[in-house]
Amino acid sequence: MMPRETLVNTVLALLLLAIPLVAVAIDEPFYVTLSTRIAILALAAVGLNIALGLGGLVSFGHAAFFGIGGYTAAILATHAFNAEPLFFGLEGTTSMPWIWLVAMVICGLMALFIGLISLRTSGVYFIMITLAFAQMIYYFAISWPAYGGEDGLSLSVRNTFPLLSTAKPLPFFVVCYTMLLAAMVLFSLIRGSRFGAALQTARQNETRLAAVGIVPLNIKLAAFVISAIVTGLAGALFADLNRFASPSMLSWHMSGELIVLVILGGKGRLFGPLAGAMLYVMFEYTLGGITERWQFFLGLILLGVVLFIRGGLLGLLAGKARYG
Amino acid sequence: MSTALLLEQLLNGLQLGVMLFLMAAGLTLVFGVMGVINLAHGSLYMIGAFACAIVASATGSFWLGLIASLVAAAAAGAIIEVVVIRRLYERDHLDQVLATFALILIFSEGSRWIFGSFPLYLDIPPVLQGAVPLPGGGLYQLYRLAIIGVGIAVASGLYMLISHTRLGMRIRAGESDREMIAALGVDIQALYTIVFALGAALAGLAGALIGALQSVQVGMGEPVLILAFVVVVIGGIGSIKGALVGAILVGLLDTMGRFLLPKTLALILPASQAGMIGGALASMLIYIAMALILAFRPRGLFAA
Repeated sequence: MMPRETLVNTVLALLLLAIPLVAVAIDEPFYVTLSTRIAILALAAVGLNIALGLGGLVSFGHAAFFGIGGYTAAILATHAFNAEPLFFGLEGTTSMPWIWLVAMVICGLMALFIGLISLRTSGVYFIMITLAFAQMIYYFAISWPAYGGEDGLSLSVRNTFPLLSTAKPLPFFVVCYTMLLAAMVLFSLIRGSRFGAALQTARQNETRLAAVGIVPLNIKLAAFVISAIVTGLAGALFADLNRFASPSMLSWHMSGELIVLVILGGKGRLFGPLAGAMLYVMFEYTLGGITERWQFFLGLILLGVVLFIRGGLLGLLAGKARYG
Repeated sequence: MSTALLLEQLLNGLQLGVMLFLMAAGLTLVFGVMGVINLAHGSLYMIGAFACAIVASATGSFWLGLIASLVAAAAAGAIIEVVVIRRLYERDHLDQVLATFALILIFSEGSRWIFGSFPLYLDIPPVLQGAVPLPGGGLYQLYRLAIIGVGIAVASGLYMLISHTRLGMRIRAGESDREMIAALGVDIQALYTIVFALGAALAGLAGALIGALQSVQVGMGEPVLILAFVVVVIGGIGSIKGALVGAILVGLLDTMGRFLLPKTLALILPASQAGMIGGALASMLIYIAMALILAFRPRGLFAA
């Protein structure tokens, strides 16, 4: 018999795949969009989970990478649409793989810079300095009028992927779902690798890590950069989903929500972000359907989870995390 | 550029700084004594503003409103401490961030539920209406001067409280060794509740004072909260002196940056570009300052 966690994980993964298929069959495209939203938010949270879950780096500024990813997609697409070259004669593009590559490179470089400064601090200072960097980028985005400022930047059509018609909900869902699975494979490879072992040691006992000859800063910086790259990719997809890059993607509320996703699901668990995103979007949808004030109840639920249910949804369903 | 305009902007910066100090003092006190990071501090600011606006419009007296803001915020703070924060002392910062983030959602949506999304308005009391002439010509709003005065009074009051009273002695003792002070027979739980309520009252006071300058609405606490965190981190978490220096620094930097940067850039760039770049840069300025300070002093200016 397979372990309970594997069972729960399989059910979650199949459930997310089944909902849109059924929705298409009964002609309810809204649920495809809802599932796509889950997949993208889960992808962003998988990214954060690498830093937060494995490395214990409580980044309160991951919205920065989410938003940069989104703005990259929107800016490249706008330039391609208006046939304006970006700079140095470079053209914009509407091809998703290129957009992802650019978004990931930019997020990686930003994370390298932010991480180099932020990782000198720890604890509350780290939480606050990552928040400060994200705020810096947020205020830059809303006060820079060239790309929409406070209004955000919309995409006239969804970007393209070779051989798929991404304008339709289901093919776009499949793209997002595949990226989510790829990111989860990456997460599990990292967790099982020597690098992952070093990273988890950095969370538990930095001195010991340094004593065996590994520089904790390098390990944490690498994790922070990988984490930002994955979240940035999710941001690019999110802008494509809504056909809109909004400054709210960069706001500190978004950073908080990403942390909430990881914790609701179970931090450091492979399927935690997916469980968290499913739960979150379900709350948003069902509570949001009953009352406009759904965030009030979300707050109560979240408070309950933090105070009484340690380990999140996966902890509840699959028991404590097993090691080894 | 006239000296009067410059002086006016300096005073505005000072007023923002003083208001940030009222917020940051509570945050840094709570962090220093109890080790708790409280994102819901902005909600207490909002509660103070709402209490003041409601009581002032019901009774017609701003001063009663001000008292109401202190009482309401302190009471809300004490309740939060007993119901939620008390369970977070032994938890890591991640849990504290999340639980208090949840409190923000509850308070923001809760008050939107009760008061609606429309802003309330609070009038400046008649005694403090009007303006004062500045040296070099120009006028300055009397009420803003009064806020600066209140800030200075609160800062000195806090200094007296912490360095010269028995309560202050216990607070300082709680900062350095909480097990020891509990072993000496001080009711540490009651002390924590008092400290939290005190910080909350200061936030409520700030909210009420600013409520008369801006409108009183849901979500008004969030931008201030983030600025207050910047102040606390720049000053060094747990240090009241750091909070004061950080608050004045952030207040002046933000105000003067917005005022001077576009003008300075206009000397070397075309006017439209200078306005755009200057504006964008000015809104990022304090965060840049914070990153720089933390890069060189990872525990802030006056770390304990």
